[in-house]
Amino acid sequence: MNYVIIGNGVSSIGAIEGIRRHDKDGKIVVIGAEDTAAYGRPLISYLLAGKIGPERLALRGEDYYARNGVELKLGTTATGVDTAKKTVTTDKGETVKYDRLLIATGGIPFVPPIPGVQGEDIYSFTTLAHANTLIELSSKIKRAVVIGGGLIGLKAAESLHDRGVSVTIVELAPRILSGGFDEKAGRLAANRLKNVGIEVNCGVTAKEIQRGKDGHVKGVLLTDGRFLECDVVVVAIGVVPHSAIAKEAGIKVERGIMVDAKLMTSAKDVYAAGDVAQAMDQLTGEHRVVPIWPNAYNQGYACGRNMAGAKQPYMGGLPMNSISFYGLPTISVGVVNPPDGDKNYEVHALLDEEKETYRKLVFRDEKLVGYVLVGDIDKGGMYTAFIKFEMPLAGEAKDKLINAGPEVFLWPAELFDETWNPEPAKAAR
Amino acid sequence: MKRVYPNKDFCIGCHICELACLTAHSKSKDLILAYTVERGESGLSSCKHVHEGGPTCVALSCRHCDEPSCVAACISGALQKDPETGRTVYDREKCVGCWSCLMACPFGAIARHPLEAKIVKCDLCHDRPGGPACVAACPNKALKQEER
Repeated sequence: MNYVIIGNGVSSIGAIEGIRRHDKDGKIVVIGAEDTAAYGRPLISYLLAGKIGPERLALRGEDYYARNGVELKLGTTATGVDTAKKTVTTDKGETVKYDRLLIATGGIPFVPPIPGVQGEDIYSFTTLAHANTLIELSSKIKRAVVIGGGLIGLKAAESLHDRGVSVTIVELAPRILSGGFDEKAGRLAANRLKNVGIEVNCGVTAKEIQRGKDGHVKGVLLTDGRFLECDVVVVAIGVVPHSAIAKEAGIKVERGIMVDAKLMTSAKDVYAAGDVAQAMDQLTGEHRVVPIWPNAYNQGYACGRNMAGAKQPYMGGLPMNSISFYGLPTISVGVVNPPDGDKNYEVHALLDEEKETYRKLVFRDEKLVGYVLVGDIDKGGMYTAFIKFEMPLAGEAKDKLINAGPEVFLWPAELFDETWNPEPAKAAR
Repeated sequence: MKRVYPNKDFCIGCHICELACLTAHSKSKDLILAYTVERGESGLSSCKHVHEGGPTCVALSCRHCDEPSCVAACISGALQKDPETGRTVYDREKCVGCWSCLMACPFGAIARHPLEAKIVKCDLCHDRPGGPACVAACPNKALKQEER
């Protein structure tokens, strides 16, 4: 069996590990556009901040690819897929044959059509190359504007600030982290950033990026009329699925590459995983693009298993983010902003601004479907269990969860036994 | 692989497993020093935690899952599955303290280190002759290490 994986991020690592669970011998070829072995992409903010060195970026050990029988084609971009001939062509002029193909090309930064956005001094922050560029620049520049107050934007801002650059964030939404957080959690995080000296502006965005006669950026004109002088602009609005190669091959693409219950695309023996895939969401049952790290690994792993013939359905992804802002840890999982006025949801929120702690629990149909923790995050995983295993929480159990926190004795007895103390297999008894 | 299985019907909540874990992971390998000195100085912590719910109690730690959520969530490669032993292994040097594993593990088996941006997680006492210290110390045989 010949496996080909386009993309060398965490989905690709998941796929290699999924394939090798079932098939120790098949040949695996990984085609990666970047010129390094798979690295922890979120670590680029730690690198830019100077918290870690480049030697800590690799996701797996040096012998990983050799040990797993993987041929790595780095610095190589896949240029086309022929689903009839079952081949992938590359920019190096190669044609690689596959029996099973995984498209895990990830996302590409979305750059909105702001006047002046094309040209010098505009940067993204999603790759190691971007981080290295910003590290080199950081000693030469004084001021930066970050457009976008999501995870990528905030981490770019924090890291540049750590390098001594004066940073201003602009965010169109009324709060930062509008995707995975609510207003109160967003405010706690924003306060932490403001306290260290990062300026946070919400409810405004860039109207125009103004440039001098030499073409270099002079500053950003905001929608409220203010002008922020700066040397560089980091555009961090978000990422969009990098699905061009699938579209051109005639594979069905909506927002991302559509996949079925086993993560196969509309083309036979072609699978998709990670930020490029539109896969099932556990809580809604709908197909969504949820560009988060654990989903990317899990989908890659599930693809790997199924490419190797396991025929197991993908259980669906759960949106989740864990991120700290200058030592303030935050976790957000599942549905955290239920639709306004929707009677199917019940929300319990506790804020302590003095202690900088916040906990929000969201219930639907007597089950926990989402939570946010800020500051005190230690019970995070225990809350996740109730969402992931869709445990019924009626009456007293729900009250206990709300008042005393999550506890393993609130689990249904069968799930508890199956998880912690399953019957010994007959052969072992 | 052999995993540690807790039996809540036998657990009497004595916390001796926690102390044995603490001692096994201490520098001194001495219970009194581990508890009185190393806990405070280096943040030494037990990987095992006794959960109590009314009259019931049970001692839980990492299950070393076949397909662990923590490995999927780990952004640094610090948590990986060892294909040889089946253990879910933790490389402290690689860990950046992002707490993604703590969020993803539905078994609550991962704790923050009290002093450093690192995690505390069961390693099955892999380099301890005689196997996991918690199992050896349990006075009521509520913890068993076996193949299931």
